[in-house]
Amino acid sequence: MKEKLVCIGNGMAGIRTIEELLKLAPDQHEITVFGSEPYGNYNRILLSPVLAGEKTIEDIILNEKEWYQENNITLYTNYTVTVINRGKREVKTDKGINVKYDRLLIATGSNPFIIPISGSELTGVVGFRDIQDVHNMLDMAGQGKNAVVIGGGILGLEAANGLMQQGMQVTVVHLLDNLMEQQLDKTAATLLQLSLEKRGLKFLMAAETTAILGERNVTGVRFKDGKEIPADLVVMAVGIRPSIKLAQQAGIYCERGIVVNDTLQTFDPRIYAVGECVQHRNQLYGLVAPLFEQAKVCANHLANLGYARYEGSVVSTKLKVTGIDLFSAGDFQVKEDSDELIFQDPSQGIYKKLVIENNRIKGAVLYGDTIDGSWYFGLMRDNVDISGQRDRLLFGQAHLGDSGHGKTAMAMSDDTEICGCNGVRKKDITDAIIKKNLFTLDDVRSHTKASSSCGSCTALVEQILSFTLGSEYTNSPKTKPLCACTEYTHADIQKVIKEQHLITIPAVMHFMDWKTPNGCHVCRPALNYYLICTWPEEAKDDSQSRFINERIHANIQKDGRYSIVPRIWGGITNPKELRALADIADKYNIPTVKFTGGQRIDLLGIEKQDLPAIWGELNQAGLVSGHAYGKALRTVKTCVGSEWCRFGTQDAISMGIKLEKLAWGSWTPHKFKLAVSGCPRNCSEATIKDFGVIAVDSGWELHVGGNGGIKVRVTDLLCKVTTQEEVLEYCGAFIQLYRETANYLERAAPWVERIGLTYIKEQVVQNATTREELNDRFLLSQKYAQKDPWQERATGGVDQHEFNFLPTEAV
Amino acid sequence: MSNNIRVGNISDIPSLGARVVKTEKGDIAIFRTEDNKVFALINKCPHKDGSLADGIVHGHKVTCPLHNWNINLEDGKVVAPDEGCAEHFVVNVDAEGNLFLQL
Ligand code: SRM
Ligand SMILES: Cc1cc2nc3c(=O)[nH]c(=O)nc-3n(C[C@H](O)[C@H](O)[C@H](O)COP(=O)(O)OP(=O)(O)OC[C@H]3O[C@@H](n4cnc5c(N)ncnc54)[C@H](O)[C@@H]3O)c2cc1C
Ligand code: SF4
Ligand code: FES
Repeated sequence: MKEKLVCIGNGMAGIRTIEELLKLAPDQHEITVFGSEPYGNYNRILLSPVLAGEKTIEDIILNEKEWYQENNITLYTNYTVTVINRGKREVKTDKGINVKYDRLLIATGSNPFIIPISGSELTGVVGFRDIQDVHNMLDMAGQGKNAVVIGGGILGLEAANGLMQQGMQVTVVHLLDNLMEQQLDKTAATLLQLSLEKRGLKFLMAAETTAILGERNVTGVRFKDGKEIPADLVVMAVGIRPSIKLAQQAGIYCERGIVVNDTLQTFDPRIYAVGECVQHRNQLYGLVAPLFEQAKVCANHLANLGYARYEGSVVSTKLKVTGIDLFSAGDFQVKEDSDELIFQDPSQGIYKKLVIENNRIKGAVLYGDTIDGSWYFGLMRDNVDISGQRDRLLFGQAHLGDSGHGKTAMAMSDDTEICGCNGVRKKDITDAIIKKNLFTLDDVRSHTKASSSCGSCTALVEQILSFTLGSEYTNSPKTKPLCACTEYTHADIQKVIKEQHLITIPAVMHFMDWKTPNGCHVCRPALNYYLICTWPEEAKDDSQSRFINERIHANIQKDGRYSIVPRIWGGITNPKELRALADIADKYNIPTVKFTGGQRIDLLGIEKQDLPAIWGELNQAGLVSGHAYGKALRTVKTCVGSEWCRFGTQDAISMGIKLEKLAWGSWTPHKFKLAVSGCPRNCSEATIKDFGVIAVDSGWELHVGGNGGIKVRVTDLLCKVTTQEEVLEYCGAFIQLYRETANYLERAAPWVERIGLTYIKEQVVQNATTREELNDRFLLSQKYAQKDPWQERATGGVDQHEFNFLPTEAV
Repeated sequence: MSNNIRVGNISDIPSLGARVVKTEKGDIAIFRTEDNKVFALINKCPHKDGSLADGIVHGHKVTCPLHNWNINLEDGKVVAPDEGCAEHFVVNVDAEGNLFLQL
């Protein structure tokens, strides 16, 4: 017999929970849903654009009635549950239906708070919560009529903007002298008020409403100082109250909301609660992102899986008023032990404030330029030490989201190309968010392909998303799982592999309750890397968990052929090698021979079956794999240095070759590049390499965390050393620290920013013992890694099946 | 009579891997999943002709190496939200593990 699950509330949190539950356990429950409203579940967030006439009700329906039928859910719309009888395990409704439950889900949301003053019951006084409210407002709206919105928070301002779009004269009345005081400081609030005034809204600040005037219909509003203004419509948007009466009457423990634990269970363990009606760890949430996280965890327990925990959310908000760019997250009040960083450009209408405590971002308010909102939000959520980038922080994540687009996404026209890799326009993204009900960056990526290739437009896509939905949806869980196959983060997994001494992928998946039989293209390569990095002596490389390039040691091309780049040690070659390359290119008809951007030679357009033979001939000339295909050590660029150059201070070429001999063959979380320059003119571009060495007269400067590519980042200076031996030791230690603590596919530049230069200096520079240990571990793992994969395949008999077709035989 | 060809043995294909066989219908990728099932798809991704045999196999799916579309091995259908279908062939496995491809 199926378990009976009853859900009270047909809103965003309740139905999301059921959707998540159906994904996990489609047949476990007989589900009944009660909703007071006459509709299927809809996207409440988008009521604001409906009011403004930018969208229709049909646009915002999330689940049509057919969806309930298809999933065998009994839906009672227009039914309000009036009693929960916990003894009989039964709910009663206003229309006389009683339904028994084995488990109950309360998702009753909240109600608009109506200030108890005289006149608040008059026709023409409305809240702003549901479709009915919007209908009421639209019925009363009309050119030139007067609307008064009480409350200058997000909801009030979005209502006011909507009514103004409908042609009304709108006055916003606010009790304090600071709009959106929950989200904005005084400066940002003033900028916001000025620009809303420019658009035609009127404001009465620090004004207390004492009565609403009129006989049957509203005619005006009176304030404490006796002043009166005319009104045909009054919108109360002074706050919401969690809808907990039903739970209270059933004896379920409530404070401000229904109190739940980390598994979303109430005081009665058969009864779960999610959404705005809930109080979790003393927090109430009024945004959708945290409710969706609750829904996921709740579904996990309803499906009897029992491992997920909800640990609270960090939230951010945006105001959905077209043309106004505003972002707020965390605690923006400056307290005793915090300080603030401020950037102000009044003529451009830009204001940015970050509140910093203990070198961590605690809050952010951005006005006029919010492109870095999600970056700050990520730094805040991940509790990143920002001391290393404090001086640059306010200027934003350099070159973020564009190579010259400059403007914020909201200022761009609908036709602007946002994603240059996949040719996705702004309009394609906004349309998909609305029509396909997308909520997260991952949703947008998979539906539109925007931001799914090189990722440089991610910030723009996030901006469009958060503007359309009014909040940061991508980053809000406090922890981000490695991929959809697991609940665990990169760091959790690395820790478990080490502590539990796991050495195979199936062992990790088994121990950590993987949700899929053998993972996916995201987690398998990551696990394979973590295993061989942690247990170089024991773990066996799993080639089926490698991306094709690393599986067959060449770069796949768009037409399925391959390219190969032999290692050119420190950029030095000789006639013998060049002759061999020329002969091979002739013999195998290699269509393109190219100098790469990394001082090497690329042979492009090779058929897969020809690879082993070509590698064999390259080997004979002394040439080995350059790992141009791997998350591995790539090039070591050098300049001419003191051997020939009139400015050279040290022998950059020999240093580069030694470094390359040290580090070749190593697998790293992302690709790893080095360079050595012979003097501070820095001709080998060492300051945009993962590890860069610059010779000076008295020794060598070591620079770390540089990156060319998508987002240019200049290195930080790690330290200065005197001898070549020291350069090698520090380099080994640095690579090993990166190998052990970075997430898979996290390049050194973002890793340095996340983990902090201070920590890296501690481990690699200040503490000689940790440096030595790191370097020793690196050398140990190199013993197993430094085998030329081309030789193994050309003459060593490894993986021959990759290069041959299956035999066929007629039968 | 359907056109059957013998295409080697299941042991020729690594678990969670694939091999290509040349046929008159073009290159066909033969996949072996972890549960030792064998599937065959035309070796052309419905997106931009990527070589599916070079993808990562997981469950009864393969991820195309070029742009990460996921393709269902059982019927060649592309996993939503992407759309498309790769031609799918029947492979029979006899008791000794010999593979017979129906064209
Ligand atoms: C061959 C080469 C271009 C060339 O002809 O010069 C090249 C080719 C590719 N690069 Fe590169 N990169 C090449 C030098 C560079 C450089 C310049 C350098 O190393 O000095 C950069 C910028 C420096 C840097 O990395 O910081 C560079 C930044 C990238 C990036 C962006 C990485 C980033 O962190 O921002 C990618 C994408 C990625 O790795 O995810 C990429 C990815 C690629 C891939 C592998 C794309 C792919 O995944 O298939 C290209 C393979 C092309 C093909 O079909 O064969 N390539 N790539 C260069 C090989 C150098 C070598 O000798 O090994
Ligand atoms: C105009 C507006 C704009 C918003 N903008 C944003 C935004 O930009 N970003 C953001 O993240 N959030 C926004 N929100 C907030 C967001 O919509 C809510 O946080 C979210 O809808 C709460 O989900 P819920 O399921 O808890 O409650 P609801 O979605 O309100 O669902 C609760 C449902 O339960 C029903 N119900 C209550 N009691 C009973 C009962 N006894 N029996 C049967 N049914 C019952 C109610 O009628 C309601 O339909 C906005 C809200 C509004 C009103
Ligand atoms: S070689 Fe690099 S820059 Fe050129 S197209 Fe390929 S990935 Fe882009
Ligand atoms: S060719 Fe397969 S995903 Fe693009």
